Formats: sequence, C-alpha cells, structure tokens
Amino acid sequence: MSFKDFLATHQHEVLTQTTEHVWLVGVSMLLAVAIGVPLGILLSRRPGWKGLVLGTNSIIQTIPSLALFGLLMPVPWIGARADRLAILALTLYALLPVVRNTYVGIAGVDPPVREAAIGMGLTPRQLLWYVELPLASNVIVAGIRTATVITVGVATIAAAIGAGGLGEFIFRGLAMVDNNVILLGAVPAAIMALTADLLLGLVQRMLVRAHH
Amino acid sequence: MTDSAGTAIEFVHVHYRINGNQSLVSDLNLAIQRGETLMLLGRSGSGKTTTLKLINRILTATQGEVRVDGRSTAAWDVIQLRRHIGYAIQEAGLFPHYTVQENVALIPKLEGWQQDKIKARVQEVLHMVGLQHDQYAGRYPDQLSGGQRQRVGLARAMAADPPVLLMDEPFGALDPITRAELQQEFMELKKRLSKTVVFVTHDVAEALMLGDRIALMDSGALKGVYTPAAFLRSTDEFVQPYLGAYRAGHQILNAGE
Repeated sequence: MSFKDFLATHQHEVLTQTTEHVWLVGVSMLLAVAIGVPLGILLSRRPGWKGLVLGTNSIIQTIPSLALFGLLMPVPWIGARADRLAILALTLYALLPVVRNTYVGIAGVDPPVREAAIGMGLTPRQLLWYVELPLASNVIVAGIRTATVITVGVATIAAAIGAGGLGEFIFRGLAMVDNNVILLGAVPAAIMALTADLLLGLVQRMLVRAHH
Repeated sequence: MTDSAGTAIEFVHVHYRINGNQSLVSDLNLAIQRGETLMLLGRSGSGKTTTLKLINRILTATQGEVRVDGRSTAAWDVIQLRRHIGYAIQEAGLFPHYTVQENVALIPKLEGWQQDKIKARVQEVLHMVGLQHDQYAGRYPDQLSGGQRQRVGLARAMAADPPVLLMDEPFGALDPITRAELQQEFMELKKRLSKTVVFVTHDVAEALMLGDRIALMDSGALKGVYTPAAFLRSTDEFVQPYLGAYRAGHQILNAGE
C-alpha cells in the first residue's frame, strides 16, 4: 500500500493527533511570547540582568528535551498531567529565541533615534510603544518564527511522556519498525513547521511594508 | 518684538563628573537670557555638549544647580521639562518608520492637540524650515538628503512651539554649501522666532554668525562669554587660537585677490 493510501485510511487519527499537536504548540508559543517579549523588554531596561537571564535560557536549551520532560515531572500540578508538562517544557524551550530577539531588537535601535526621542520628552512607555517596539518588530517576529519551528519539532517528543500529538505515530512506528507509521507523524509535523514558517514570514513582510 | 526680561536658563556652580573623578564640566556659572541665541563654542572634549544635555536632563549634574525658567531642573517633572524644550541633534535622529509628517506631528499628538491644529502646525513649521509640505510630508527619512533631514529635525524640535531650543552641532555633518544655506536660513528664522536658543558648535565662523553671545569652553570650564564683536577684539588667551584659525581662513581668501 502506498503512503498516500495509508494516510487515507488513517486520516481520522492523523487529524486528531494533528489537532493535539497544534494545541501543544499553540499554547506553548502563546505563553512563550506572553512571557518572553516582556522579559526581553525588561532586559533592555536592565542590561545587567542580561547574563543571568540569557544564560539560564541557554542552559535550558542545552538540556535534551526528553530529559527536560523527565526532570519536570516532580513539579506539583504540572507534573500531574502529561500535556501540562509538555507545555511547560515547550514554553521553556521557546523562550530563548523570543527573549533574545526582543532584547536584541530593542537594543539595536539607532542611538541617535533613541536620544532624540528621549530628548523630545517621550515617557519610557511612549518610547517603547512609538519607537522601540515598531523598530524592533521585525527582529522580534523573526525570533517567534524560529521558536515556533523549533517547538513543532520538539513537540513530537511529547508523545514519549503520553502528551499526545504527532509524536505518537513516530514512536509507534519506531516500535513497530514500520516506516509508513513513522511518516504518518513526521510528514504532517514537517508540513506544520513549514506552514508556520511561511505564515510568520508573511507577517514579517507585512510589518516591513506597513512601515513603508 | 522686545525680548522679555529675565533669565531663561541658569547654571549655578555646576559640575558633572563621571567614573568617580573624571570631570567633564567644572564649576560652570552661566546665565542665558530669554530670547537670546547663545553659542557654546569649544573643541571636542570642551564640555559644550555635556553642558547642553544638562539643560534637558539627559545628563544630571553631579553638583550644583541648573535652572530653567527660574526652577531647578531637578524640581521639574522631567517629561514636562523636555516638552518645554526643543532638541535638535547632529544626526537628526528622525524616526525611520515614520513619515516626515508623522515625525513632526508626534509631540503635538502626544500633547493632545486637535487633528486640524496638528496638520496646520506641521505645514507651518515645515514651511519655516524651507520644505514644501506637499512634496515632503509623505516622505520617509531614508528618502531625504542630509540637509533635508536636518531641516525636518529642526521642524520637529519646533513643532510644539517650545520657548527653548537646544541644538547640538545640527549642521556639523553637512557639506559646506548645504551648511552655509542652513546657517543663513537659521539666521533669518531666529529673527522671527522669540525663542531662547542654545547652540553647540566647534565652528568659530558659525558662532560669530549666528550667536548673540558666545560662551567659550575649554576642558570643561567656561573661559568667557562674549558678543561676536567683543570676541573678535578680544586679547584673552583662550580666544586667540580661534581668531588665528578665523583670520588664517580669511587671509587665504584675501591673498587670492
């Protein structure tokens, strides 16, 4: 049976797992952005913390994902349910690109522009809203884009702890030594990553055009 | 129009030190009159730009008091202080993601002006700096020449009609012809405005041309305050190098005749 036919016969299950996967990635990315962007902004105000925050994030990223899932299991409330655990781990992974790009984007604003804005009498909040964020937006979205693609991939590991998603097929296929089953998980995951990348790339281009 | 009496800006025993004991400005005492154009003239490292930045509190004096409109800058709300003062810098610092219109309109907008008042004012102020509204309002900074950017920077600094204008070598990065053009226009412009202008420059010709008074600075200290005429006649030690450079330039020109 060709892979196309195999896909057709399993389409309901694929759809279920894809939805679960989107859920895992979506919630994690939302959290990563909701925490990461403000954290990046804070870092731009307190550059002294840069070493600590970015360093911690980098360390988290070096922990192998499977190990991270395992390490987080004892955490109360989170460790109790596999999907919460997966979302926590995925959020932590996605944080570094988001925080770092937010910080770099804001810090990269041309010094004369910042000086003129401050000298003109913009409050710190106005400076952020009217000058820094718009100018940093392209870099920030690039960070979110990178983080999203990473998260789609790492989310496949979530299946190993029972959190569901397209990884289910991959692990099952590995156990069964059946390539078609593996592809059932790998192909939709790859398509999802590509789609996310393309869509966010479009957002980036729209942002650039909106400024011109 | 007569200048209203009084001191607009005052420095009282002002010191500015960094890294513990490096003094960029030492014991500065200077009174700037309302409505006058005061040039802060000096070499690089003379403390003239530092002095300027003490006025709108981009830098804070380590000792002494800077007064604007009779009140210590420390007592002012810093945002109110800066809205009271227009600031034009050498690189212009225009917001690259805003059009000329949006750049100039920002402070009036933040001050809550009515839309039509903002539109009228932007047009007025662009006209003052010699830019035709229809042609330039919709352009982005990267579509402007250096001279045009400086004009927009000045327009932006004047948009909310602040009584004080701080200018930090605004024409310094321009080619000599554009610079001369802008200097000439600024000279005309300042006659029509009744603003207090503090203008930083290292160019003695510019100082003589544009200033009502020249405050000469060297190594963080004020060496003297002169009218242009007095400056040219002065025998003070620190004035001589400037006169030498000024006369040398004229000698070269005259020798050719």
